[in-house]
This record gives sequence, C-alpha cells and structure tokens, in this order.
Amino acid sequence: MTRTGRVATAVWAAFVFAATVVVVFAHYTTDLSAFLPRSPTATQRLLVDQLREGIASRSILIGVEGADSAERARISLAMGRRLRADPQFVAVTNGEPVGLDRDRELLFNHRYLLSEAVSADRFTPNGLRDAVQETLDLLASPMGMLAKSLLPRDPTGEMLQIIDQLGSERQPPSVDGVWTSRDGKRALLVVQTRAAGSDTDGQEGAVAAVRGAFSAAVAEVEAGGGGAAGRAPATLEMSGPGVFSVAARATIKQQVTRLSIVSTMLITLMLLWVYRSFRALVLGLIPVASGALAGIAAVALGFGSVHGITLGFGVTLIGESVDYSIYLFIQSQQRTSALWSTIRLGVLTSIVGFMSLLPSGFPGLAQLGLFSISGLVAAALVTRYVLPNLMPPILNIGDVTPLGTAVAAGLQRVKTPRALLLVIPVLAAVVLYTHRGPVWNHELSALSPVSKSDQALDAMLRSDIGAPDVSYLVVVSGPSQEAVLHAAETVDPALDALVEQKVISGFESPARYLPSLEAQRARQGSLPPDTELKSNLITALDGLPLQVDRLDPFLHDVEAARNQPLLTRKQLEGTSLATGVDALLLSDGTRWSALLPLRVPTTVAIDTVSIDIGRVHSGISKLALGEGVEAVVLDVKGEVDRLYSSYLSEALRLSLAGFAGIVVLLVIFLRSPARTARVVTPLVLAVLTVTAGLVLLGQQLTILHLIGMLLIVAVGSNYALFFDRRSNDPHAGSAPLTLASLVIANAATVLGFGVLGFSSVPVLSALGSTVAPGAFLALVFSALLAGSGPRESTPVAA
Amino acid sequence: MSRSLAGSPARRVGVVLAGALALVLASAPIAADAAGSDLDRVMGALAQRKTGHVSFTEKKFIAMLDRPVESSGELLYDAPDRLEKRTIEPKPEDLVLEGGVVSAQRGKHHYVLDLKQYPQVVPFIESIRATLAGDRASLERVFKVDFTGSFEHWTLGLVPLDSKLARTVAQIHIEGEKDLIHTVEIHEADGDRSLLTIGADVAP
Repeated sequence: MTRTGRVATAVWAAFVFAATVVVVFAHYTTDLSAFLPRSPTATQRLLVDQLREGIASRSILIGVEGADSAERARISLAMGRRLRADPQFVAVTNGEPVGLDRDRELLFNHRYLLSEAVSADRFTPNGLRDAVQETLDLLASPMGMLAKSLLPRDPTGEMLQIIDQLGSERQPPSVDGVWTSRDGKRALLVVQTRAAGSDTDGQEGAVAAVRGAFSAAVAEVEAGGGGAAGRAPATLEMSGPGVFSVAARATIKQQVTRLSIVSTMLITLMLLWVYRSFRALVLGLIPVASGALAGIAAVALGFGSVHGITLGFGVTLIGESVDYSIYLFIQSQQRTSALWSTIRLGVLTSIVGFMSLLPSGFPGLAQLGLFSISGLVAAALVTRYVLPNLMPPILNIGDVTPLGTAVAAGLQRVKTPRALLLVIPVLAAVVLYTHRGPVWNHELSALSPVSKSDQALDAMLRSDIGAPDVSYLVVVSGPSQEAVLHAAETVDPALDALVEQKVISGFESPARYLPSLEAQRARQGSLPPDTELKSNLITALDGLPLQVDRLDPFLHDVEAARNQPLLTRKQLEGTSLATGVDALLLSDGTRWSALLPLRVPTTVAIDTVSIDIGRVHSGISKLALGEGVEAVVLDVKGEVDRLYSSYLSEALRLSLAGFAGIVVLLVIFLRSPARTARVVTPLVLAVLTVTAGLVLLGQQLTILHLIGMLLIVAVGSNYALFFDRRSNDPHAGSAPLTLASLVIANAATVLGFGVLGFSSVPVLSALGSTVAPGAFLALVFSALLAGSGPRESTPVAA
Repeated sequence: MSRSLAGSPARRVGVVLAGALALVLASAPIAADAAGSDLDRVMGALAQRKTGHVSFTEKKFIAMLDRPVESSGELLYDAPDRLEKRTIEPKPEDLVLEGGVVSAQRGKHHYVLDLKQYPQVVPFIESIRATLAGDRASLERVFKVDFTGSFEHWTLGLVPLDSKLARTVAQIHIEGEKDLIHTVEIHEADGDRSLLTIGADVAP
C-alpha cells in the first residue's frame, strides 16, 4: 500500500466512524412534516395540523357486513360496548342512544345559557306571548306529543331551540337500534381515536383494537345462539386516514423488504457470475455502503432530521455508485487515468443534476438532492482512493472480454437503425402532443398507496354514514379559548346566511356546544327577576288557553338560571358534548383554534363535492372578530393538491435548470459542443421515449417519475461519457472491456429498478418503471450514437 | 331528533278504561265469530284502497290547556306503508311515515325519527297505518283489537299489548263505515286525548 493509500484508508475509516455516529444519533421522522414547505404560510401550517391531528385524521369508519340484519346489530352493539371501554377511543357512535339522557339533562339544565333565542326581548310580554304561542302551535302538530311534557318547565321552547341548534347533523338510518347503510346491507360505526392521525403506531393499535372487538363480538353473538348455518359470516370493513396510513406503512415495509431481497439476490447472482469472485462482490459493496452512510449523515447535519421518504428514494439513487466499482474492477487492467477522468465527469454531471433539487421548497426533494450528492461523491471517492488499496494486487475476476466482444460485434451489425433515432423525438413529440388530458398529475392522491378499491370503500362508508368529509373548514384562531369562541359566535350567523343561500348545507361550531362566557353572561343577564317575569307572563297569556299558575315550574327554573354558574368545558365532561367541543376546539398552548367544518350542499353529488370557497371567504372576511383573531377558510384537499402541485411545477423548473447546468458543465469539460451534443442526445432521447411510453400506457406522471428521469440522466451520463471517450480517443483501452463493464453496470441498474416496477405502491412502481427502461435505452442510444461519430477503427478481436 | 316522550306512569284513568274494556271483552264472547268475519270484511275492503287523499281536522284535549288546540290539513296514503300528514293550520308541517321511519319538515327544520328507537310513538302511527292498509296481522301484533258494530258502521278499539306502550297510549278508537275511516280518537295514558276527524276526499 502506498503512503497516499494509507492516508486515504485512514481518512476513510475516520469518516465511516464519524458518519456512523451521526447516523445513529440522527433524528428520523415519518410524519407529514416533509410535505410542509420550509417557510409555510399560516394556512399551510393549519393544513398540516389538520392532516396530522385534526378530527378527520382521527376517525375510523367501520362497516359490518354479512350475516343478517339482527345479527349485525348485535355485533355492532357488542363492539360498541367493548370499544367504549377502551381508552384508545375518545368516542364511539353506532346509533345507540348512549348517554343521551345525560346529554339531555345537561342541555335542559343549561337551556337559558345555551339557547340562541334567549334575549331580553324574549321575556317581555310580547316576546313571551310569541314564544308560548309557538309552543302551543307545536302541541297541535303531530310533533306535539313530544313537546307536551316539556310545557310546564319550558313554555318558551328553549330546549327545542337547542335541539334545533345542535341537531342539524344528518344521521344514518337505524335498523334494530343501530346505524345501518341505506341499502340495509351493513351496520355502521364511527370511532374517534385518542391518537393523532399522524401517530401511525397509535393508529395501528386502534385498528387492532377494532379488529379485536369485532372478533370478540362475533364470538359473543355466536355463543348467544346467533350465526345460523348457511349464512355468510359477518365481515369487518374499516376506512379512514389512520387505517390507510397503517395499511400503507405495512404494504410499503413488506414490499420494500421483499423487492429489495429479490433485487439484491438478482444483482448478487449476476455479479458473482461475472466476477466469479466472492471477494470482488464484497469489495464492490464498500463504495455503496460508504455512499449511503455519507448521504444520511449529510442530511442529518444539513436538515436536523432525516425523513423516511428521503431514505427510501435516496438508497435507490445509490444504485449508481455500484456502477463505479464495476467500472473499476473490469476496466482496471487498462489505463486507469482515463477511467477516472470519465467517472469524475459522470459524478460532476450527477451532482449538477441533483443540485437543482437543493433549492426546492419541498423539504423531501431538497433532502433527496443533498443525499444523492453526498452519497455519490463519497462513493466515487471511496472507489477512487480507498478501494484500490483494499484490492489484492491481482483481483482474480472472470474474463468478460467475450461478453464485450459479442456486444461490439452486435453493435457493428446494427447500422441502419441509427437513422431511426431521429424518428424517436418526432414520435415522442407526436404522442405527447396528441395526448388528451394532462401529462402530469397535480393531485397528491396520485402518490397515494391506497388502492382504488379501498378508496371506493371509503367513499361508500363515508356516504353511508353521512360523515362530513372535513374537507372544508373555517378555522378561527386567536389568543384564548374565550376569544375564539366569541369570534365563532360572530362567524356563525354569517355561515347561517350561507346555508340560506345554499352555498353550504350546514356547519358545526364549538360555540353551539360551549358558548363563550360573554354570550352566556348576556343571556343570563336578559332573564328578568321573578316578579317582573310573572307579571310579563300574566300579560302574555291573556287570551291564550294556558293559565299562569300551570307555569310555576317555569318561573322557578328561570329564577334558578339567573344565578346558575356559567357552563365551562369541565361541566361537559362525560357527555357527548365534550367530544364535540374537544374535536372542534384545539390549542397548541399559546394559540387557540375553533374549527367550523362546513357541509357540502346536498344538491351536489358525492363524487363532485365542492363548496364555493370564494363565497364563504367573502361571507366571513369582513367580520370584526376582535384583537388578534382571524378566520380562514380551508379547503383541505384543494390546499394539499395546490401544495403538491406547486412542488411539482417547481421540481419541473428546477430539473430543467439542472439539465441546462449539465449541458454547460459538459461544454466546459469536453470543450466541444459537438461532443456535448453526442453525450446529451442519448439521454434526452431516453427520457423522451420513456415519457412517451408511460403516457401511451395511460400513466399520469408524478413527481416520482420526474425523479426517475433525473436518475436516467445521472446514470446514463456515465454510459454516454464512456462512449464519448472511446469515440474521441481510439486508444482509450480495450473496447470489449469497456463495453462489458457498461453492460454489466446497466444490467445491475435495470434489475434493481425493474423489480421496483412490479410494486403495487405507486411511488415505488413509478420510480422503477421510469428508471429501468430509461437506463437501458440510455445505454442503447449512447452506443448507437457513438457509432455515428467520427469513426475509429474499432479493435474488434476477430 | 333526540327528544323522546317522558314516560309518564299510567294514571287512574287508563287503569279504569282498561278495566272497563276488560269487562266489555269478557261480556262479548258470543259475538266473537260474527265480529271476526265483519272485521275481516272491513279489513279486506280497506286493503282494496291503495291510495287516499283526504282532508282532516284534529282536536287535542290537553289537561294543561283550557281549551283544545286544533289543527287541520290533508292526509295522503299510499299502500302499504307510506302515510303523509300535511298539517296546514296553524303552522305548516309535513310528516311522512315511510318504511318505519318518520321524517318531519317544520319550518326550516327537518327531523328524522326511527320508530325502532322511539317505540312509544309506534301506537300513534301504526294504529292508523295498519287500519288503512287493512293489515289485521300488523294491528294484532301491536294491539288487542276489539271490533264492534257491523260492516256498514264499525268501531275498532285498540289497546297496546306492550305494557310499556300502554304507559303512553291507553287506547285508540277508530270509527268508520265500510272502507272509510271517519274518526281516530287517541286516549293517552295521562288523560289527554286527541280526536282526528277525516273529511272529504281532496281532488287530486
């Protein structure tokens, strides 16, 4: 080993140690923060909060199918009982009137604080007369039998007013005492988890608990004499963001594991077959491992935390680094200085390409850029300076000259198709131009690992349950609970007006469950003292068929309400109102947010749900909400898509800039526009062909396809550069060996990514189906174009 | 709609009425066969009518009030289980019974009530629906049915079989001629009663 060799090896060892320390202590995240822009707007922050821990993110929709209606109902009841006892769930609803009595009692006892109809006018003789007349009219109606018992204590109908305030929610029909789908085929339950939606472990626990409750309930019902033979057994269906993320994580984990085992085995077998040396195989892994280590460490140091997404995609990028050792081992019998200068330019090309990702506002992409750059540099340096020292003086690997010779001979024979290369850009342009519909998919759901059938199940359960999508919200934020509740009370009438105008069909507001103290105090203050109320009542009842002495309980209740303590969150404990308030009133310790989910107009079909956000915005934008309080209309899906779409457009622009950078770099290093063109043309052709092919196959392109294209350029530039070197310098070493090394490196890439292409996870298959054919085409086009350059006498061993 | 009737205990009136009814029943076993066949004739005739659209007036006699509250409107019936009560006075209200679910529209408000969840409402509705449908089996599932009179002029006395239901509805009298219902009188267990009088056919 030379002195420089020893120094290099020592430096490498130190680096491995330091990087390992960084990697071990780095902070890894898997939550949605990767999607939060680096300098988010208030709306984007709200959006991510909602996705992470909003009420929608915590809901699990459950359907019980099979068996018969009565048995499903018994299962639903038994599941409800079990899940309500489980601390993992905040709320469990299945149509059972659980806790309704407690709710009703609380509402009735606080009716004069809660009813929006309570005002000073209400208790004047005229106001009382109108209110009592209203109640008498109700008595005459078919609904009257329900109102009769309330008359002595509540002749002004405040309880009914409160129920109207709260009861705008449409519930699914009930059969046998539990919620049932409209077609009557499944019993429905909705649970809310305590764990946030982004807490995948917590969601996994909740999903398992639901499954457990279902099995136990089925067993219980069967033991109780249900489950007649010959009937379809009851089955469980679940949906919701948490269920999806649990399933997605499991699928990705399982597929990544299985696919990487398969591709590792394939590549290992191929390299063993080529090298016929176990030692070479192990040595070849050193640059790869060093690169991965460097990549993770660089991201950890540069960004403070490493995202799972970065790791997933980044490690596949390292696939390029396995090529370096292949080139080294196979071509090392030749003049290595030429080899290194070519590899150096290849690495620089990749760096320029990936550098374009660094300024991305999407932290996931920026991390990916840094990861790739540091990983490739480290892998190249280790291949150049460390690997030769670790190699034995003579590395006994199989002779691949015959392979290279055969490839060269094949290339010689293929002459005519070169002209055909011109046809490719024309064909691709025609395909892309005549393609109907957008080439790029700007919706984040395109990346969703949730299968179409699961999405359909979700839509079905959601429409069965009538669950608000929580896609549209008004978010009122301010410095205190009182401030946001008070502001919500200002927003409520504006939203009521929008309901009248049919812009929305309804909304929820925490102020309905828990009015601000100010509103409660005002209502309490409007209740007249006993004697005044009695004399007003006497005047009011004149001519009505109701005697004042029948209403003593009313007088007594109002007097009690005048001195009643105001309603706070604490008093709601144990009622369903507490669940309502907790879901709609959030605090991060310093700021409070009141969420007012909007319901889509019922005239709109389920699959075209939309609300005219502009009208909602103009409806609430001019309200005076108080110091430091603001109200924002949030269209969750639209906002997510806008965010993703902006990332995608930005990534497209940055990639084009990166491509321009690569051209400039090549012009500088190759000192020839013609040679630059010969290097760049096969890459452009490969990208165009793959893009046209994907579009022809009906694929809409996502950001992952774009990353795949960057990879084609990064990997393919090495091939093009090797061919360019050989065209330019006929004495650059053995053509068969160079060719063989390129073919083998290419085969490794195609194998690795080709396997990914078979994944059912969109992000993985997008990457695989772009890079595998792209890398192969880049090699083929480079070879064909190299032949069309200034011809040299190709030393084909005859 | 999450309101429910306060379960008021059976008052003496109900007990007395039930007692009187038991006497009547005990003293009329001889007429049973003839009554049974007349009942079947009435039911058969009612079952023939597939639709109906009539006016109604209703008086409710409520102990708390000095005089009855009145309402009027139209009744629409489609065999076998759609019944609509369109109240016009004093306040427009639309009540629809369809497939065991009652939905009501009153002003801006819409209520949905599942009869399975509010069994105490069942006698109020099933008495009229099953009679209109000529569905004797359904009637007898919910009520002890007592038929008096003849096919030309009959009275049905209905007493809830379920003791819980009897705590809200003591008994129901339905009076009619052949396949026409004239009045439905509901005696609630607390002594209040309502009298529904069916008027002329409403031209379609």
